[in-house]
Amino acid sequence: MARAATTTDAFNAVAEPRRREILDLLADGERPVNDLVELLGIAQPQVSKHLRVLREVGAVEVRDLGRQRLYRINVEALRPIHDWIGNYERLWSDRFDQLDLVLEDLKAKEQESVDDE
Amino acid sequence: MSTTNNKAKLTLPTDEQILIEREFDAPPHLVYAAWTTPELVKRWWHAKRGEVTLVEIDLRVGGRWRYVMVTDDGREVGFHGQYREIVPDQRLVSSESYEGVPEGVSEQDATTVNTATFAEAGQRTMVTLLIQASSKASRDAIIESGMEAGLQDALELLEQLAASLR
Repeated sequence: MARAATTTDAFNAVAEPRRREILDLLADGERPVNDLVELLGIAQPQVSKHLRVLREVGAVEVRDLGRQRLYRINVEALRPIHDWIGNYERLWSDRFDQLDLVLEDLKAKEQESVDDE
Repeated sequence: MSTTNNKAKLTLPTDEQILIEREFDAPPHLVYAAWTTPELVKRWWHAKRGEVTLVEIDLRVGGRWRYVMVTDDGREVGFHGQYREIVPDQRLVSSESYEGVPEGVSEQDATTVNTATFAEAGQRTMVTLLIQASSKASRDAIIESGMEAGLQDALELLEQLAASLR
C-alpha cells in the first residue's frame, strides 16, 4: 500500500519519483488516466492516488471530456520549482547587466577614437 | 541605457545541458573583447555578488584560463579551464572546472564544456552560452549553485527535477 498523502505543497508532492514521472508525461500535453496507466506500467488505483496528491497541491488540473477525465499540468503551482532555476538565471542576468555597463564604456571609447581621427 | 529589457533567458535543452541566451546592444567584436580581456572580465563577471580578484586568460587553443572571485560573504570561489576552439568575435569553446566541488566528486563531474557564440544582429549581438555537463546530476548541481543559502533543504527534494518541469 502506498502511504497516505500528507503532502501539502508542490515541493513535497513532486518529491515522489512516480509523481515526477506523471508530471513529466503531462508536460507533453493533456492525457487521460488510461494513458498514464499504460505509460507508467502501474495499476490504475496507484496512478489515481498520485494524481489526487498532485491535484491537492494544484500541480495538475482535470477536466471531463465525454467519458474521459483529462489531466494537465498547472505551471503556476510549480513556480517554486521554477524558481530553483530562476536563481541561476538571475546570476547570469546580473552578470550580463554588468556586462552591459562595460559595453557602454567600450562603445563610447570606440566612438571617441573615431572622433579623434 | 539598454539594461532593463534584456533579460537572460535560460533553458535546459537536454538533461546534461544549460542554455543561456541574451542580446546585447553592442557589436560582436566589443562583446567578444569584454568576454576575453582580463581587466574587462573583472568588471562584469562578479554579477554584483562579490569581487573578481583574479582573471587569467591565455587566449589560444590549449591555453588555460582561471577566474577567482571573493563573494560578499567572504567565500573564495575559483574556476579554471582550457580553450578548445577560438573563432575571434564569433565563437569560443572552453572547458570549465569548479575548484570547490565536495570531496569525492570526480574531475570529470566538476567539468563542463562551454560554447559561447556571438551572433551579429544589426548593431547588436545575440550571445548564446551552452553549458554541457557530464551528467544530469552535475548539471543540476550547477543550477543549484545559483541558489541562495537557506534553501538547501528544499533543494534536496528537487535534485532530480529540472528537466521534467520545463
